[in-house]
Amino acid sequence: MLGEGIVKGLAETAKNFAGSFVSKERLTTVQYPEERVEPIENTRDFPFLVYDGSDPMAGLRCVACQICEKECPPKCIYITKSTDKKPDYVGKPQIYPARFDIDISVCMSCQICVEVCPFEAIKMDTEFELSTTDRFEGLILDREQLAKSNEYYNKIHPTEAAEVDARLAEEKAKVEAKAKAAAAAAAAKAAAPASGETTAKPAPQKDPAKEPGA
Amino acid sequence: MKTAEEILAAIKTALPEAKVELVQNPSVSGQHSLVVAPEDGLAVAVFLRDDSELALDFCSNATGVDWLDKETTEKVKATEVVDGEEKVIEKTVKHIQPGYLESVYHLYSMRQKHGPVIFRMRTANRTDQVELPSMTPVWRSCEFQEREIFDLFGIVFKGHPDLRRILMWDEFEDHPMRRDYVDPDDYEYEPTPHDEVLKRAQEHQAQQNEAKQAAEVTQ
Amino acid sequence: MSTAAFKSYRPPVIEPSNEGELLEVAMGPHHPSTHGVFRMDVALDGEIVIKLKPVFGYLHRNHEKIAEKASYLASMPYTDRLDYFCSMTNNWAYAIAVEKLAGIEVPERAQYIRVITAELTRIQNHASAIGFLLQEMGASGTPLMYAFREREKILDIFEELSGSRMMCNYMRFGGCRVELPKDWLEKVAAIVDGLPRFIDEIEALLTGNEILMARTQGVGVLKPDLAVNAGITGPMLRATGVNYDIRKVDRYGIYDRFEFRVPLGDHGDIYDRYMVRVLEMRESVGILRQALKDVPAGPIVDPKQKVRGFRPKPGEAYGRIEGPKGELGFYLISDGSGNPYRYRVRPPSLINLTVLEDMCIGQNVADVVLTFGSVDIVLGEVDR
Repeated sequence: MLGEGIVKGLAETAKNFAGSFVSKERLTTVQYPEERVEPIENTRDFPFLVYDGSDPMAGLRCVACQICEKECPPKCIYITKSTDKKPDYVGKPQIYPARFDIDISVCMSCQICVEVCPFEAIKMDTEFELSTTDRFEGLILDREQLAKSNEYYNKIHPTEAAEVDARLAEEKAKVEAKAKAAAAAAAAKAAAPASGETTAKPAPQKDPAKEPGA
Repeated sequence: MKTAEEILAAIKTALPEAKVELVQNPSVSGQHSLVVAPEDGLAVAVFLRDDSELALDFCSNATGVDWLDKETTEKVKATEVVDGEEKVIEKTVKHIQPGYLESVYHLYSMRQKHGPVIFRMRTANRTDQVELPSMTPVWRSCEFQEREIFDLFGIVFKGHPDLRRILMWDEFEDHPMRRDYVDPDDYEYEPTPHDEVLKRAQEHQAQQNEAKQAAEVTQ
Repeated sequence: MSTAAFKSYRPPVIEPSNEGELLEVAMGPHHPSTHGVFRMDVALDGEIVIKLKPVFGYLHRNHEKIAEKASYLASMPYTDRLDYFCSMTNNWAYAIAVEKLAGIEVPERAQYIRVITAELTRIQNHASAIGFLLQEMGASGTPLMYAFREREKILDIFEELSGSRMMCNYMRFGGCRVELPKDWLEKVAAIVDGLPRFIDEIEALLTGNEILMARTQGVGVLKPDLAVNAGITGPMLRATGVNYDIRKVDRYGIYDRFEFRVPLGDHGDIYDRYMVRVLEMRESVGILRQALKDVPAGPIVDPKQKVRGFRPKPGEAYGRIEGPKGELGFYLISDGSGNPYRYRVRPPSLINLTVLEDMCIGQNVADVVLTFGSVDIVLGEVDR
C-alpha cells in the first residue's frame, strides 16, 4: 500500500517523541551551561605544567629540555632556558624554564608534548572555557598561567596521576638509596659520618606519593 | 600475483620495443616498481590494464615525486706535469646527477584481487622538459590526481582532457610540493613569538613600506 | 610507440535544446549541502544539468608538505584532521603505511583494539552519512538527529579511550598509544548491544519510505565498469555490485579472523548506496561482537618502538585500508632521515568525486544535491 512506509516512519518518530518525556535514553540533549555532563576522565584539552609543593615557580617539574618545543607538530611551545639552576624533585640541581609560553590559538591538543616529556612535567588539562576578548595576547599562556599543582592533576586525571606519582616516588627512592649508599661509602672512607647526609635530603618538598588522592 | 620481475618479462614479450626497467625498493615492504620511458608509457599502461592475466583495472593512487639534483664528489688521482716534474695529484671531481620529476601510479586489480604494481615515469629534467603522457585515458581515476600533480609538482600531462590547477587558485604561479619551493614571506600577523616567521614578516612589511614611500616620492 | 584503440571513459555529452539559453550556476562554495566549502560550476538547460565541474581547494592547507617537514610521529595528529569523522581509521592507515615501510610488528591486543575502534568509526560515519543524505533530501533534522544521538555515544567512548572525541590521535607505529581504561570493553559491548535497535529504527524510518524511494531510486546511477576505471572505492563502489572490500582483499590487521559479508548493490543508484551503508553497519556490529569476545591481554604497543627519533631505512611503501569512505592509502618514501621524503595521502573522498559529473549529467538540479550527498565526502580530506 502506498504510504505504508511513511506511516511506519511517523510511528517511529512518534515513539521517540513520546518516549523523550519518560526515557533519558531518548532525550539526550543537555542544557549547557546550566546543566553539564559529567567530565570524562581521559579528556584532554590544552597542556599545563605540573608543580610540586606550594610554590608554583619553585616546584615546576619542567627542566627546560625543550624536547616538547622540538616535537610539537604545530610549534606552539616557546621555551627560554634559565641561566641558573634550582633543585628538582630528587634534589638534583636543574635548569628551569625562564619563559614557557604556549600559544593555545595554535595548539591542537594532540598530546605529543605529554608523550615525549621525560620528566612528567607537562600534562593535559580539561579546562575548556578559555574564551577571551584578546585574540592574540590573550591566548598565549605564560609560565604562571600554565603552572598547576600536582593535587589539581590528581583531581582531573586520578588514575593517570596515581601511576605517575608512583613512578616518580620509585625513582626518587632509587636516587635516595643510591645517594645513601654513596654517602655511606664516603662516610666509611672518610670516617666522618655527617658529611654525606646533607646530599641525600633534597630541598623542602612533599613526597608526591603521600599526597591525598594518590 | 606475479612478481615485479615476471611482470617485466610479460611486458617485454608483449611489447618488445618498450623501454622498461625494474627499480628495487630497499624497504621491507618489498614493493618494487617498474620505470617506463615516457614515450612507451601509454602502451605499457594499456597492456597492464587489458592483459587478461594482470588485469590491473584499478589505478588506486597517482602521485608525483620531486628528486632534486644530486651532487656527488669523487676523488680522482691524476698524473700531471708540474714544473717539469711528474706528480700524482688528487683531485675532487663533482658529478651533478640531474634531478627529475616522477609520476608514480599504484595499480591494483579488482577482477583478480591482486596488487600493487607500481609504475613510474620520469621527466628529463625539472625545468623545461616536464612533459609526461597522461594516464587519464586509461584509468579515469587519474583525472583529478594528475591535475593535482600538475598543480603541486608542475608535471605537464600530455593527453589530459582538462589540465588545470585543482587545489591552488588559477593565478598561482609556483608548484608548492617541489622540494626547492620557498614559502612566501607575506604572512599575516602571527602572535606566536616564534622565530624567523615573525622576522620575515617584518622584513616583508619594511620592504613594502619602502616601496610605498618610493611610489609617493615619484608622485 | 603507437597504441591501438583502447577503451576510455569520459563523461557523457548532452546536446542542449537551445545553446543560447544555457544558465551557468555556481553551486557553492557556501551551500548547506556541500558539507563544507566546495563549488560545482553547473551549466543548466532549463532544469537539466548539461555540464558540471567540481571546484576544490578552499580548504587546502598542503597537508603533504607539512608532513614532509615534520617528523613521522608529528604527522599522526594531522591525519585526524583529514577526514574528521573517521580519525581512528585515518590513524590506522598511516600507521599501516609506516609499519610496512619499517617492518614493525603489531601486538595482538593492539590489533584487536584497532579493529574495534575502526568498526565503531565505520558505524558512526555511515550513520551520519545517512543522516546528512536525508537532511539534503529535505528531511530536516529527524534522521540526522537520530544518527547523531548514536554517534555521540561512540564519540564518548572514543573520548574515554583517547581523550578526544574526534581528534583521537590514538594509534602509534606498532600499536596504540594508551592502555584501555577500566571497564572500557564492557562499555563498548553495551553500546554495541544497543546498536541493532538503532539500525532497526533508522530502517523503520527510512527503508520503506515512499518519498525516499521516489527521490533516490534510479537517480545518480553509476555503472560498475566506470566505477572500477574511475577508482571509486568504498560503499559507492559496492553499491554498483563490484565485490571489492580491502578488508577481504588485503586482510590487513586481523580481519581474516572475523566472519562478515560484503553487502553489494544492484543498480548503483543513491538508494543502493543508502542500503549498502545500512547493511555495512549491521556487518560492523557483527565484527565488533566477534572482536569484543576475545581481546587478549598483552602489550599495547611494540616495546621496541620508541616515541622519539623514529628513522626508518630508505625505501618506500604504500599502505591502505578500507576506510568508511573508501580506500584510504598512504604512500611514503623514506630517505633515512627523521621525516619522510615524500608523504602522500590517497584521499577516497577526492577520487570518489571523479564521477560526480557522469552521475549528474542529464538530471535535475535538485538531484545533484542528493547525488553529491550520497558520495559521502569530507572536505578536509578532499582539499587536504
